[in-house]
Amino acid sequence: MIHVKFFASVRERVGSAEMQLPCPPGGFTVEEVLTMVEGQAGTEFHDVHLLASLNQQHVPFTALVKDEDEVAFFPPVTGG
Amino acid sequence: MIVKVQKEDFELSAACAEMATLSGAGALVTFVGTVRDYSDASDILSLEIEHYPGMTEKELERVSKEAAQSYDILDSLIIHRYGLLQPQDNIVLVAVWSRHRAAAFDACRFLIDVLKTSAPFWKKEITPQGSRWVTDCPGCRAGSREGHSHAVHPVHPDHRLHSS
Repeated sequence: MIHVKFFASVRERVGSAEMQLPCPPGGFTVEEVLTMVEGQAGTEFHDVHLLASLNQQHVPFTALVKDEDEVAFFPPVTGG
Repeated sequence: MIVKVQKEDFELSAACAEMATLSGAGALVTFVGTVRDYSDASDILSLEIEHYPGMTEKELERVSKEAAQSYDILDSLIIHRYGLLQPQDNIVLVAVWSRHRAAAFDACRFLIDVLKTSAPFWKKEITPQGSRWVTDCPGCRAGSREGHSHAVHPVHPDHRLHSS
């Protein structure tokens, strides 16, 4: 399984803080994980800035996701 | 190099005094960020800060190591709060010790600038009109030392923006 987390406005839009997705043998890209999330949540993120992390490191959406990885989607950060 | 992510408030002098005595230190530069009581459009009643436990600490440690490698400093301390805060409350403390002032000033500026564009914190403003997520990118507003661009900045190189 792929463990997906959502934060801030993305979490509110998805309606959940976490989601588990089955991982195909060849893995997914982060972009493909997001497409799965959009299908399951019934929403799309084409109109917003999104960042992604893989195993708690910032990654591009082309990064490859393997079984048991942790992926997160969130808006640009606003700390400090 | 110490990083703390906590709900509790901090006190500047006490937090710095907790660090081990640094032989050779001739400068201590600190930055404290606090909650404003206004934003561009409204008064702010309170501020909710959310973060990504685990990744937050890793990112703060990463930028601290980067500062230690890039500047001639002796040590650094970052404390960042989360949870519900009130106007004038402390949000973040960055402290840097060095032999001479220039490195401490530069590293402190570097740490807060990079932190604001890479550490996974998100602010939600509670105003008289309701609550709303802060959406402006601090990197765009403040500008980091290297210059900030969504397209090329190393800390968020792949903002995903589609025009639908």
